[in-house]
Amino acid sequence: MIEFRTVTKKFPDGTVAVDELSLVLPARQTTVLVGSSGSGKTTILRMINRMVEKTSGDIEIDGEDIHALNPVKLRRSIGYVMQNSGLLPHRKVIDNVTTVPVLNGVKKAEAREAALTLLDTVGLDRSLAERYPSQLSGGQQQRVGVARGLAADPNILLMDEPFGAVDPIVRSELQQELIRIQRDLGKTIVFVTHDIDEAFLLGDQVVLLEKGGRIAQQGTPAEILSKPASDFVATFIGADRGRRALRVEVVNGRNVVVDEDGRPTGVLQS
Amino acid sequence: MDLFLDGFAWIFDPAHLSGPGGIWARIAEQLSYTFGAVAIAAIIAIPLGLWIGHTGRGRDIAVLCSGGLRALPSLGLLIIFALGIGIGFKAPLLTFVILAIPSLLSGAYAGVEAVDKRTVDAARAQGMTEWQVLTKVELPLGLPLLIGGIRSGVLQVVATATLAYFASGGALGVFINDGLKTRDYAELIGASIVVTVLALVLEGIFALLQRLFVPRGVTAGQVTEVRSRSVRPRAVVGSPIQEGK
Amino acid sequence: MNWVINNLGLIWSLTLDHVALAVPPIILGFIISIPIGWVANRFHASRGVLLTISGLLYTVPSLPLFIALPAILGTGILDPINVVVGLTIYAVALMVRSVADALAAVDAGVRQAATAMGYSAWQRFWRVEFPLAGPVLLAGLRVVSVSTVSLVSIGSVIGVSSLGYLFLNGLQRNIIEEVASGIVATLLIAVVFDLLLVLAGRVLLPWAKADPTAKRAWRKTVETAIAGASAGGSVVDDPAVSDPSMAGR
Ligand SMILES: Nc1ncnc2c1ncn2[C@@H]1O[C@H](COP(=O)(O)OP(=O)(O)O)[C@@H](O)[C@H]1O
Ligand SMILES: [Mg+2]
Repeated sequence: MIEFRTVTKKFPDGTVAVDELSLVLPARQTTVLVGSSGSGKTTILRMINRMVEKTSGDIEIDGEDIHALNPVKLRRSIGYVMQNSGLLPHRKVIDNVTTVPVLNGVKKAEAREAALTLLDTVGLDRSLAERYPSQLSGGQQQRVGVARGLAADPNILLMDEPFGAVDPIVRSELQQELIRIQRDLGKTIVFVTHDIDEAFLLGDQVVLLEKGGRIAQQGTPAEILSKPASDFVATFIGADRGRRALRVEVVNGRNVVVDEDGRPTGVLQS
Repeated sequence: MDLFLDGFAWIFDPAHLSGPGGIWARIAEQLSYTFGAVAIAAIIAIPLGLWIGHTGRGRDIAVLCSGGLRALPSLGLLIIFALGIGIGFKAPLLTFVILAIPSLLSGAYAGVEAVDKRTVDAARAQGMTEWQVLTKVELPLGLPLLIGGIRSGVLQVVATATLAYFASGGALGVFINDGLKTRDYAELIGASIVVTVLALVLEGIFALLQRLFVPRGVTAGQVTEVRSRSVRPRAVVGSPIQEGK
Repeated sequence: MNWVINNLGLIWSLTLDHVALAVPPIILGFIISIPIGWVANRFHASRGVLLTISGLLYTVPSLPLFIALPAILGTGILDPINVVVGLTIYAVALMVRSVADALAAVDAGVRQAATAMGYSAWQRFWRVEFPLAGPVLLAGLRVVSVSTVSLVSIGSVIGVSSLGYLFLNGLQRNIIEEVASGIVATLLIAVVFDLLLVLAGRVLLPWAKADPTAKRAWRKTVETAIAGASAGGSVVDDPAVSDPSMAGR
């Protein structure tokens, strides 16, 4: 469990990115932080592994104040996946995945063996292990990023818009893969996105943020969808425009899902 | 063109090649200055450059100093040291160290700075210490530029080392001095050819080294990157710049 | 100081000699490098070749070049023309890369828009691409200027009059002040030239002050020049760091 208690982050230039945030992120569940750009999602996420230092307040992991810990050690115990995968371009896929275990002192051969298994977990062919990141597609790079985040078998996985830069089809594959992985591994995942559909798809708990990291609403997708707490929330989830009122039409013999405006949003698998 | 033939004849005259004051001995002196000065400059400038690149601190001062040092006329510097600390090898060596520093310094910090900030951020987020970020990420990825800096420093010094004779410091300039004094144009041209060839050979070696030290994954990327080729063409392996040669 | 005060006339006349030797290579180098840089940028295959040739030309040490030029040009060995030609070669070698980079950095969208508005290729080059390349060209020119000014004194070794005379004469007569005054005067010329170029940039490229490319160009050019920074690419290829401190330059 991760707990924020009245945490504030003020950057040196005076920007208050997070203002007195109090939030509990339950263990072994996926909490999605969703909000528009600049609402403070990344800042909140990065305070958990102390890539950003809080200005005031307390952050605890399983009751332990993270500020009592060595930041480097803390980071090695927490997986981190970011939008552009952040892989080291001069290291092969396999060496990227083993980075943290090797830093932690695991033997190289052992770490490699575990890494190959992880490639299976994230749905990558083992033959890609000897490639360099630049020789992979964007979606494959993202999978390696996830494998690297999981490599040290952390309890916590931080994901900052990990699927933001891939095309919709690949994104959807990656989302399904993550759901499956989470079902198997049961990590405490903190997932940041600005895509409300992604939030509802992945989150056990969804935290909708306004500017300054203020919580507009927090709850399960069903709670938020059925009872938007404010106009802001209603607008953000598109409820007021009935964007979620989907219906099915038959086009060219296929069942196409269309929204209120008649725009197709998907095809039903038969 | 006869003059060039005379020059080559002078070079390949066995009487000029070997012996204590021969061409080979002078080449050895020229190279000792070059690598000696660059080594000393490297000890000073590379750690400093890496620190500037890693922390982002002091970069403006570094740019300013480099620019200022570049504007210094090396002949004047050499002579003022010769008058100040006496003739011999020390004054030229000191001059050449100062000459090499800007190249090495900016090679080091430009190399580190050129590394994608997101890669560095990700490495830190994985739990690398600052030292590990520097040695495992920034240094290998910045190596081509760092070597570019060394290359540029080496070329600058090998060219300028010709001036060492003004401080009675030997090296290939001795022949040029002789040739000027005795109006021996064959010797002048011959020595000039030797210096030029030496510089070109070093340039070739370093151009090769610089290519070799581009990290594997980075070259691999450049090959597959064809589809997303930027409108701005990439620079080819570069023309380092020397001054005060 | 005594020596300086007693020899102000000499210093001044040598300074004029120095300036007279430095200015033509800077201007000629700029003019000559424009068509070459244009070709380097326009035709993909020519870029590598032209930039490699200019790189190699720059590798030729200056003293040997000054000595060899009379044999090639048929000039006398004491002829100042040798120094001017030699320095022009260096200026071109340096500047070709700047021109190619500068033209490459002109936004493709702007170029297409200009074509769409009906500029002919010639007009488009002189009225759109060339001015837009201005900040990077200026940065290159500043490097050429500093480098040329400091190289002129080597000419004094082969007897061409410049501030380098003060170095050689100071060495012979063992007068440190004389050498020091030569160094200071050289630095002053470099600074004055640089200020003039920056001023010219302000007047000719008033829009560039707010342009981030322009702000970055000078620093990158200096780094490229000093470190032979090649693998990372051209002057403006790096989107990472902007440099507010260069804003006023
Ligand atoms: N290093 C920083 N220095 C100053 N302001 C920052 C910094 N990082 C983020 N901010 C500001 O903090 C606010 C929140 O940023 P961020 O957490 O990145 O938002 P999000 O991830 O939701 O887009 C923004 O206004 C942003 O400009
Ligand atoms: Mg963000």
